[in-house]
Amino acid sequence: MPAFDEQEYDQSFDWKIWKKLIPFLRRYKRAFAGLLLFNALCGAIDVALPLFQRYAIANFIEKNTVAGLIPYAGVYLAVIVLQAVSVTMFCRYSMDIDMNMGRDMRAALFHHLQTLSFSYYNVTPVGYLLTRVASDTQRISGMIAWNFTDILWALFYVLGAFVAMFFLNWRLALILMIIVPVMAALTGYFQNKILHWNRKIRKLNSRITGAFNEGITGAKTTKTLVLEEQSSEKFRELTAEMRESGIRAARLNAVYIPMVLFVSTVAVALVLLRGGYLVMEQALEVATLSAFVTYALGIFEPIQMTAANIAEFISIQANIERVTGLLEKEPDVRDTPAVIEKYGDAFAPKRENWEPLQGEIEFCDVTFRYPDGGDNVLEHFSLHIPQGTTVAIVGETGAGKSTLVNLACRFFEPTEGQILIDGRDYRERSQLWLHSNIGYVLQNPHLFSGTVRENIRYGKLDATDEQIEAAARAVSADTVVSKLEKGWDSDVGEGGDRLSTGEKQLISFARAVLADPRIFVLDEATSSIDTQTEQLIQQAIDHLLENRTSFLIAHRLSTIRKADLILVVRDGKIVEQGRHEELLRRRGYYHELYSKQFAEERAAQILK
Amino acid sequence: MNTEFKLSPKEKTGMILRYLRGVKRHFALGLLFIILSMALNALTPQIVRVTVDSVLGSEAPTLPARVLALLQWDSLRQQPLRALWIAATAVLAVAVLRGVCSYGQRVRLSKGSEGFVKNIRDDLYRHIQHLTFAWHKNNPTGDIIQRSTSDVDVIRNFVCNQLVEVVRTTLLLILYVWIMLRMNLRLTLAALAFIPVVGVSSGVFYGKISGRFQKADEAEGELTTCAQENLTGVRVVRAFGREAYEEEKFREKNDRFSALWIKLGKVLSVYWASGTFLTALQVMVILCMGVSEAVNGRLTLGGFLAFLSYNEGLTWPVRALGRVLSEMSKAGVSLDRVGYILKAEEEQDAPGALPARTGDIVFDHVTFGYEGQEVVKDVSFTIHEGETFAILGGTGSGKSTLVHLLDRLYDVPEGSGTITIGGVDIRRMRRGELRRQIGLVLQEPFLFSQTVGENIRATRPGASEEVVRRAASIACVDDAISSFADGYETLVGERGVTLSGGQKQRVAIARMLMQQAPIMVFDDSLSAVDAETDARIRAALRDQLKDATVILISHRLTTLMQADRILVLDEGRVADLGTHAELISRPGIYKEIYDIQMSADDRALILESEEGGQR
Repeated sequence: MPAFDEQEYDQSFDWKIWKKLIPFLRRYKRAFAGLLLFNALCGAIDVALPLFQRYAIANFIEKNTVAGLIPYAGVYLAVIVLQAVSVTMFCRYSMDIDMNMGRDMRAALFHHLQTLSFSYYNVTPVGYLLTRVASDTQRISGMIAWNFTDILWALFYVLGAFVAMFFLNWRLALILMIIVPVMAALTGYFQNKILHWNRKIRKLNSRITGAFNEGITGAKTTKTLVLEEQSSEKFRELTAEMRESGIRAARLNAVYIPMVLFVSTVAVALVLLRGGYLVMEQALEVATLSAFVTYALGIFEPIQMTAANIAEFISIQANIERVTGLLEKEPDVRDTPAVIEKYGDAFAPKRENWEPLQGEIEFCDVTFRYPDGGDNVLEHFSLHIPQGTTVAIVGETGAGKSTLVNLACRFFEPTEGQILIDGRDYRERSQLWLHSNIGYVLQNPHLFSGTVRENIRYGKLDATDEQIEAAARAVSADTVVSKLEKGWDSDVGEGGDRLSTGEKQLISFARAVLADPRIFVLDEATSSIDTQTEQLIQQAIDHLLENRTSFLIAHRLSTIRKADLILVVRDGKIVEQGRHEELLRRRGYYHELYSKQFAEERAAQILK
Repeated sequence: MNTEFKLSPKEKTGMILRYLRGVKRHFALGLLFIILSMALNALTPQIVRVTVDSVLGSEAPTLPARVLALLQWDSLRQQPLRALWIAATAVLAVAVLRGVCSYGQRVRLSKGSEGFVKNIRDDLYRHIQHLTFAWHKNNPTGDIIQRSTSDVDVIRNFVCNQLVEVVRTTLLLILYVWIMLRMNLRLTLAALAFIPVVGVSSGVFYGKISGRFQKADEAEGELTTCAQENLTGVRVVRAFGREAYEEEKFREKNDRFSALWIKLGKVLSVYWASGTFLTALQVMVILCMGVSEAVNGRLTLGGFLAFLSYNEGLTWPVRALGRVLSEMSKAGVSLDRVGYILKAEEEQDAPGALPARTGDIVFDHVTFGYEGQEVVKDVSFTIHEGETFAILGGTGSGKSTLVHLLDRLYDVPEGSGTITIGGVDIRRMRRGELRRQIGLVLQEPFLFSQTVGENIRATRPGASEEVVRRAASIACVDDAISSFADGYETLVGERGVTLSGGQKQRVAIARMLMQQAPIMVFDDSLSAVDAETDARIRAALRDQLKDATVILISHRLTTLMQADRILVLDEGRVADLGTHAELISRPGIYKEIYDIQMSADDRALILESEEGGQR
């Protein structure tokens, strides 16, 4: 999926993209004003300090007196205290802006992600989304808060220094000014090249990390094929490329920085020459000349750094584009304004207007294809599922068994036709209304980090401990809990890692029971689970199916056999439907699937 | 298990020195350039001093007699304008020389640093490739990668930046203080008095604040985990309609993270400001004292200016030094973490190891287990050279362990039985040769992120396109590969196409065929291929592999029944061994499965109606 490669673009500045940041900036107008104020103050003080030196030379050393040195020191001290205060303040404002803006952008992204449809999630790697939420936002806010500050400071300082110099001696100031465009041209020329190599180095760096990853995950294969030396040799080629690139980049810097230094020294030498002459002519004081030399030495670093800073600042355009692009992504499945008006949305539901859901589902002449294109997977499909029916969907891996469930749960909407729930098109009511009535148990059950109790409570947020424990008992999940060290308060680890698949499944059943849904969906696990747990799970399923309209994406024969209706899926289409006995006697595809499954299940039992 | 690992200081130094091999001279030259450019740097204030005092002013120049003679001072003092030109030229000349030194310094140090880090990376990578399979099993991938990348960066930073910085600052201090002392003792002492205050305070501060940084980092980790779990669990979130709840959870963590940093920012801002203040205060004190010294005739005006330059030249490096020193402590931990990998034992052949042999493979009373749990129990059997031998077993029966042992991914411990090939204990053979003789296809094969062609010719990089295609067609994957837009040049993995499980298995078979090994092992390696293709591949293989010893592992009887002999493994023990005909003629696991799998069609309906009746 090349679209998800992390690329850096060499785009030119595009105001339309930057404009999209304004809503995030507007809230912090005051902080920006404060930042600007104290930053300007800092710059002004930095400009003023050489003047203190000038004063000292002119009024004490040249006049050979220390009279007034104490009040002078007092003023000086006051200025540097003010400087310290300004530094403190602008750092705080910067940090505030950095963190608050970052927080707002993360929150906005997260909020938006909660509304995006499954069609989006199906084609977008989680890593890609996570990078948007975690790193892009930080880079944008950090650059705006800090990099921008540096640029501003440099601007204030350089401008201030020139103003001061013009006041002191405009002719000398003019000499220094000539150097500025030379410096700018030099920096512009090198900056691009350096940026190019830095990018290359970043890419190589990630390739090296990738090589380590591959070398480690592929260790077994490397060993069995005896490729250790060969793969080490390849790695050495990669690191050699890295070394060369690193040295190239350093060499560019090694040429660039001395050149900048040289140009600034030319400036100092010119000032010294011309200024010295003026001093001899008695047209300039040595004190002023020393201030000039200080400015001449001082302004070049800010100019040089600003060029690099601006280049880097502009590069966040790509991050802004990705973040705002994600924020502008429209969900495929949306509630109409009228529906939201009546039933509320996912974040502010109006539960008082919700009708109770019975669980009767009807597909009326439904045609469907996935939004990312391709053929119709359903064509003019109609099916009536009375309340309380158990529907099993069988077929080989990848045959498209989830499609019907995705439609029934409104994770996707029909391309044509409609789906009725309790006799009304489900688009007439909110997604949350439907979803709140669905219990969903996945093949690979997903738990959240936290305790067992918290995970079960996910099914019903206001459940009491008694209700949670009762739900767990109903599906024998309490047997899992009793084995854990801290019982209900045991941490399940990230994604439930500390539990086995079977244990996770039982917990997720308890979660679904607690939700007490009208519609129940089970995407059954194929993974091998020990016989004892298997039995517990079987009982749990039986319990869950009672009085509920259920969809079972089924693998176990025992589950399939008990269904009221079996839909057989092949290559995305429903090829057979009926009850188990009928389908078996028909000796069609279902019969074939079933006998194969039967043989494998039996063999597995014997081998155990 | 590995957090406790620590290297002694001597080992750490040894490790760094080892990786400096070949690049030491770059660092030495770099250091030389640093010293030169520092000395040149110290010259400029002297030029300014003499210019101010003796060209613009009327003081007698305090310069070495030889320099005065060179300048022909006595005649020069009559032509102040020429003297001014000389001063300006001198400043420029110094700048040019400094530029040359700075270039040399940067290039040398980068060569040294790039070479150093390349040495570490190459050695680490090679070492990791040669570590035992058991080690790989016991150490999580993410952790090893972390150590091989981030920790290596910390070490590089330590050696190439921090150490260099410390050396430079120290030299700078010595040089400048020496010059300053010769100019004015009192001022120098005053300037020096600030150095410990600035250095220590920033060091102490950095030490103190690291706890807060850690807390903020943890908060960030929690925030990322929360977002990640939400995104991976998006189906659960939606199905339970928990969007609002999730948002609240995220908001809380998001706010906490930001608040922690804002709080940290308050502390940091005070630190930065106090650093700035201390520096400015020092400059001010030296300025005021310098004024008084100058007024009292103990310092010329030029000397005063020069002294201020030296003083300012010191303030920044000293401020940075405190931070660098406190950050350097991190390097010790990283050295330990990288050392943990480097100290692990590589696979090594015993001295006097024998060449690999072919012949009958004999498992003789082999017992083996992981972490005290026996998986293979007292297993004995013989695989004759050239025979096709099948192993049938359920999950956890130990069949994959037999393969691991044969390929010496694990060694049978002494006294737990032996495995011999052609009468020689495989533990006494050279490992690489043995593995080259055994072509192994794993159930979940790993393909490298290269092109399909490169993957197939992995063991024979020079093989022609034709040979590669022949291997691919035996494995029934040539058609599939040819249908890709880039054919055999198609990239595999994240950056390229994603192959299906079955395609991967077949590419792995083609790769193994290229190895032309006399012993071939298929460890459940057609599980993701449909029965028809399975049969076609086996037929093609049968034609090709007439002389090879073939070991098939599967739970699909159709795959196994054509083998010359079949071993039935049950809970790590040999349950039965014989030809297909023998096995179906006697009661046992094999016959039971055979009966079910072969006559599933008829039995299913019967069994079903029985069970259906019970319902």
